[in-house]
Amino acid sequence: MPVYNIIQAVNDALRIEMRKNGNIVVLGEDVGNFGGVFRATSGLQEEFGKERVMDTPLAEAGIIGSAIGMALYGLRPVAEIQFSDFIFPAFDQIVNELAKFRYRSGGEYPAPMVIRTPYGGGIRGGHYHSQSPEAYFAHTPGLKIVIPSSPYDAKGLLLSAMREEDPILFMEPKRIYRAARGEVPEGEYTIPIGQAKVVRPGKGVTVLCYGAMLHTVLEAVEKQGAGEFDPEVIDLRTLVPLDTDTILESVRKTGRVVIVYEAPKTCGFGAELSAIIAEKALLHLEAPIARVAGLDTPFPYTLEMEYLPSPERVAKAIAETARF
Amino acid sequence: MTQVALPPGAIVADKAPPPFSILDYEGNLRPDIDPSLVPEIPDADCLRLYREFIKLRLIDDRYLKLQRQGRLGFYMQSTGEEATQLGVAYALKQSDWIYPSYREPGIAFFRGYSIHDFTNQLFGNAEDPIKGRQMPVHHSFRAGNFVSISSPVGTQIPQAVGTARAAQILKHDTVVSVFFGEGTTSPGDFHVGLNFAGVWKAPVIFVCRNNGWAISTPLALQTASPSIAHKALGYGFPGLLVDGNDILAMISATRIAAARARAGEGPTLIEALTYRRAAHSSSDDPSVYRKGKDDEVREWERRDPVARFSRYLERKGILTPAIDAQYREELTEEISAALKHVETVGVPPLISLIEDVYAQPTAQLREQLAELLTMPRQKLGHG
Repeated sequence: MPVYNIIQAVNDALRIEMRKNGNIVVLGEDVGNFGGVFRATSGLQEEFGKERVMDTPLAEAGIIGSAIGMALYGLRPVAEIQFSDFIFPAFDQIVNELAKFRYRSGGEYPAPMVIRTPYGGGIRGGHYHSQSPEAYFAHTPGLKIVIPSSPYDAKGLLLSAMREEDPILFMEPKRIYRAARGEVPEGEYTIPIGQAKVVRPGKGVTVLCYGAMLHTVLEAVEKQGAGEFDPEVIDLRTLVPLDTDTILESVRKTGRVVIVYEAPKTCGFGAELSAIIAEKALLHLEAPIARVAGLDTPFPYTLEMEYLPSPERVAKAIAETARF
Repeated sequence: MTQVALPPGAIVADKAPPPFSILDYEGNLRPDIDPSLVPEIPDADCLRLYREFIKLRLIDDRYLKLQRQGRLGFYMQSTGEEATQLGVAYALKQSDWIYPSYREPGIAFFRGYSIHDFTNQLFGNAEDPIKGRQMPVHHSFRAGNFVSISSPVGTQIPQAVGTARAAQILKHDTVVSVFFGEGTTSPGDFHVGLNFAGVWKAPVIFVCRNNGWAISTPLALQTASPSIAHKALGYGFPGLLVDGNDILAMISATRIAAARARAGEGPTLIEALTYRRAAHSSSDDPSVYRKGKDDEVREWERRDPVARFSRYLERKGILTPAIDAQYREELTEEISAALKHVETVGVPPLISLIEDVYAQPTAQLREQLAELLTMPRQKLGHG
């Protein structure tokens, strides 16, 4: 079985689906001739031509707006937003248009498509190449949000995303684009959207995370001593629709929860997780819910590793929650 | 006035030419018009178009009154702008796509949208094609390739370009036409959309209904460009300045733009010069900001698109007072029937609240609906 990084897994998924489904088109800035600034679409234009792999003018609202029009007409666009920090010119198109098309047209005009975008810090990108804007979109009914944390998941989830009937925001943790490597089966396989994964079963503390933070959590468990508290580590994989069953089952078992996310703490996705657990499993809790998150600051440049949840901060939160 | 001399290499826009117009205000063919630009329209089609004109007028009058009586929450008229809609509708094929703004109901009607569906949409009832999901006038008519309308202006422009690009990729013959007002040439989506279209040579026709007013804001506060049509030049394709109250000119210009699109020559921007004679919407009061502009309104009433076309048809012997009376009677009856019918239709079922958010409702949505179903219904407003 080949060993891929996340970029190669994404590329493989795109190639497989484009061969299978002639309606899949890829569009975005620098995705064609260059193959994307992270090389995720490398070689696709060569194989599928300039009409199916389009280098667009430099305007995110145009990329998403035109992709919506393609989707309404019957194509299956996979639009790339080069960095999720640049997604905001397309915010209106995503939030007011894409997410609402099926609903506002009484089901007459669904717009199934995928928006791929690298997100997250830890790459010396400063505040315009490091943000984690998932919560803005999780607050928007009509969108589904998928975040893989491994090459295997990236391929299986992206293949599912391209076959979904709903618009998908597919956020790729760029900090581990190349660092996360793993065996990826050749050919097709899918991972259902809306299913979390118990990465490490345990009975002591439930640890909820997604994207690059999974690796921070695993480091806390494996190298910073948090393993002694027998944590159950859950990778959400899909934020919307959320797999609340898996989360609540774990919380009812452990009675203790640590939530890890790298976006600013206030109103981050962890706030929603915390609320759901408080609503549905309060009486099972043995300790306050802990959140380890980014600071409520713009994303810093020089001190980014202090801003980001570290394995030490996560390990401390797990220990405190376990001992409470 | 002092003027700083510009260096070589300077590019300056010319003044706008007079708009392309075929009919004068009395409904006569303009004497200087090139006959090859006058569209041939069979008599039956002329009458069909005339009937659509009357339909729009009767509906606007009746539904605005209903709104004033408190029976309808909101309404937007297109009075005075009918030729812009119907000219494009007639010149394109049914298989061509329309991305409307909120003042083109005539195209939906022309393509078969019924007065019943139109009325049900306004009332947001259980028979509303879009299930009570949007304010009045935000129609969607898939069978007529008439795309769902949204309120934020201009978002439809890049979408229309994407649809045109899709048709181009799939080697379909489809042309896409997208509508917006002159105020909508200010936001970014207009510029982004035109730029993408120019680069892709997309088979799209941009139709700007320049009706002079964006709610209270006049054209002069929207742009310093000599015309809206000029803006096309920056994106590498032609702009056409057209008399939007002349259906023959609109048909002719649209046919040319569609021929360009189908021949792979790319997009065209049509600036249809017209006038918003009514209020922006039923919530608007132009007497506040159009004070002293009575002459302007009267001048545009003189250019009325319905009167110009009807005089033209009368002179050609196609339209008679008897036919006119018959249309008015039939349509009035149809409108009355639709309005009577809505009184018998209830609101959409509660389950429709969670349908169509996604292809299938999520577990969270089902749970939220279940909770709602246990509660008494809440009344609109407070107290």
